[in-house]
Amino acid sequence: MLTRAEHRAARASGLAALLAVGLALAIPVSVLLLHGAATGLTSTQADYLLRITRFTLMQAGLSTALSLLVAIPLARALARRPAFFGRRWLVSLFAVPLGLPPLVAALGLIEVWGRNGVVNKGLGFLGAETPFSIYGLGGILLAHVFFNLPLAVRFILPALERLPSEYWKTAANLGMGGFSLFRLIEWPAMRRSAAGAAGLVFMLCATSFTLVLVLGGGPAATTLEVAIYQALRFDFDPGRAVLLAAIQIGLTLAVMLGLKLISAPSEAGSTSGGRTSRPDAPGGLRALPDAMLIGLAGLFVSAPMLAVVISGLAADLGRLLADPLFWRAAVTSLLIGLAAAMLAVLLASLLVRARYSADDAPASPALGLLSGLSGAAGSLTLLVPPVVLGAGWFLMLGGGVGQLLAPLSVIVTVNALMALPFVMRVIEPAHRSAMERNSRLALSLGITGVSRLRQIDIPALVLPLTTGFVFAVALSLGDLGAIALFGSDRIITLPWLLYQKLGSYRTDDAAGLALLLGGLTMGLMLAADRLGNRNGNKAR
Amino acid sequence: MRKFRLAPLALAALVPILSQPAAAADRTLTIYTYESFTAEWGPGPKIEAAFEADCGCDLKWVGVADGVALLNRLKLEGDKAEAGIVLGLDTNLVEEAKATSLFEAHGLETGAVSVPGGYSDDVFIPYDYGHFAVIYDTEAVDTPPASLKELVEGDPQQKIVIQDPRTSTPGLGLLLWMKSVYGDDAAAAWETLSKRVLTVTPGWSESYGLFTSGEAPMVLSYTTSPAYHMVAEETDRYQAAEFAEGHYLQIEVAGLLANAPDKDLARQFLGFMMTPGFQNEIPTNNWMLPAAPVSIELPDAFAKLVSPQKTFLYGSAEVAENRAAWIEEWLGAMSR
Repeated sequence: MLTRAEHRAARASGLAALLAVGLALAIPVSVLLLHGAATGLTSTQADYLLRITRFTLMQAGLSTALSLLVAIPLARALARRPAFFGRRWLVSLFAVPLGLPPLVAALGLIEVWGRNGVVNKGLGFLGAETPFSIYGLGGILLAHVFFNLPLAVRFILPALERLPSEYWKTAANLGMGGFSLFRLIEWPAMRRSAAGAAGLVFMLCATSFTLVLVLGGGPAATTLEVAIYQALRFDFDPGRAVLLAAIQIGLTLAVMLGLKLISAPSEAGSTSGGRTSRPDAPGGLRALPDAMLIGLAGLFVSAPMLAVVISGLAADLGRLLADPLFWRAAVTSLLIGLAAAMLAVLLASLLVRARYSADDAPASPALGLLSGLSGAAGSLTLLVPPVVLGAGWFLMLGGGVGQLLAPLSVIVTVNALMALPFVMRVIEPAHRSAMERNSRLALSLGITGVSRLRQIDIPALVLPLTTGFVFAVALSLGDLGAIALFGSDRIITLPWLLYQKLGSYRTDDAAGLALLLGGLTMGLMLAADRLGNRNGNKAR
Repeated sequence: MRKFRLAPLALAALVPILSQPAAAADRTLTIYTYESFTAEWGPGPKIEAAFEADCGCDLKWVGVADGVALLNRLKLEGDKAEAGIVLGLDTNLVEEAKATSLFEAHGLETGAVSVPGGYSDDVFIPYDYGHFAVIYDTEAVDTPPASLKELVEGDPQQKIVIQDPRTSTPGLGLLLWMKSVYGDDAAAAWETLSKRVLTVTPGWSESYGLFTSGEAPMVLSYTTSPAYHMVAEETDRYQAAEFAEGHYLQIEVAGLLANAPDKDLARQFLGFMMTPGFQNEIPTNNWMLPAAPVSIELPDAFAKLVSPQKTFLYGSAEVAENRAAWIEEWLGAMSR
């Protein structure tokens, strides 16, 4: 509940934020479109475009299918075993990949699954002739499952845990077997979450950049995102970049509309471990399949992280920390991260408040639109991924050559937009409940306008705002998409430095850097998670 | 409100990043080159020391992934490039490099330079040369391919790492090599070879790193690469495969940028390139053959290298005319 003036202010500032987000998206996209004065395509070019488009969709589809095919039985196994040893730890572990910089993960995956990795050594020991290759489709799928299996589990598990225990008792009385349980109880409960997870995973994989760049291994395994980057940085062929970006946007738009992702209500909730006893969870030897599935999944997700830590500690960290280049990259990364996080939190707060204000009033088409747009603003970055955004600005700035401030602002903007959906997700529920709690009191005390913001609203939201801020810093710290286009010997961030070290196979340095970068982002993510939980408990 | 108070703080902290590093000496020469040249084990640091010894200047290397990436970077930066010299293009790229009109004639006497087939140009000066070759690990490959044809048609399980022709000169070299041998059938040959390719890296350094760390048993490099392993590591493990059809030649060149901040200093360096002070570092640091006299004796290992019976080299103009189309053909065949 807001006063009339507060409504006006909230809506006006929300409109301003919408305008800012809109411009940040529309400017690069229209530059791309204007640049693309239709250049004719040779048949080889058309073939190539068709092939990478197909590959983009194919790998995203396979990644989604694999992630979900494992996530569903895994979520069931976890739901069945609330008291499984290390379960809490595993569920928290599954939150980690979301914030882990893809580059760091790639390094860990190579350590485990590369030709000289643990898995292939084991396979060789068992007498396997051809080692598993982490380059190409195999590596891309592996990495995508590493990132998205945990995400999908965290989507699906809460849905299963919310099922009332009466269901299980009834099912036990009726003597339902495993399949009927799944068909009649579990599947209906998890269907929406699974569909939501599938949609999100597909979008994330269809716009995947860093992993494909590092593990792609050539033209046969190139996604549109990587091809856009290559068209600009390899060929300096804006025409082709524009065409690729147009295809990319068209594709994601189609998928998004198809999935109605924006309206999918399911969220990855924090799971504290189920308390329901399940009659369908036999003990003893019959618990073995569940235990094995959980154990293997835990191993699959934790091994690459462990590998990063082990080889990172073996690296010459002292020398790395003495390198001025490292500090330059670290400071640049932190400043970009802080600026991007400030922007993201500011935009998110304005949008969230406008949305609240619009929803608080009697329905009108204009307000409905404002609410809808504010809600959708965050998801737009899934539609126009960082590399596409960067490509537009890249063309506008002529590559950003000889400038520092302009490319830096672009990187900040792109990172802020990237973090926006996550930050909004953190702030929105907290904002809503804070408003509900404090509105009457504020009105009755006559505290309104700026003083209400200062004395009541902002203090009540300090925790979620900080959580969103820290989360945004962490996301920005690990980003390679925007910096890949603008990175040079003058603008170096930690992921860019790591990419260069990986590229020149200074494996030792790369391992050390990966540990430092991974540690930094993980520390921030954990802090955000802590804050988020504290906030959640307080709100409840 | 805390978040707003951070803004001026962040701006203040930005200032040191934005300000340019101060020059160590009065005069500075910046040279764009490829990564392996500036690596601590490459010739860059030694050449820098040798040149700085009497130029009274500060030499600064800026390394990009590989040779073609250098040209891409120049096209992108245009006249905003801050370098005086670009070192690391090859004769396949000079025509296109000249077309950017970013280079200017060096105006130097180049009589000391000598490369196979002879090369002289008023803009670019050769500083080394070598033949591309497939290097294999004798511990992983029993019978190395004896021809390009055998490489293309060999066991797809035995992998090779190659480089991207859009960014690297060896990658472009292999593309031209295949074109020299297969002509119009090159696309089909690439399609067959692609099954043997473990991965395509942007630059030479990455692929050679993959090769020596055992990720693949073969890599595209130079006939001179085994000399490195024989001299620096005292091992015969890595050898070049001699191809019956012949090998493609690479002549690496450097040129003067028209916008060079200190042209006299840049010319002084180009002249220095043709002297033993520079050339002595080429064989055992860049692991290529010197393009001008050296004052040292080459290690014995160099006598044991494959010396190609036949050499391929396209004219610069022909490459410039066809490069884009051939790369497209490569992309098409490799993505199939």
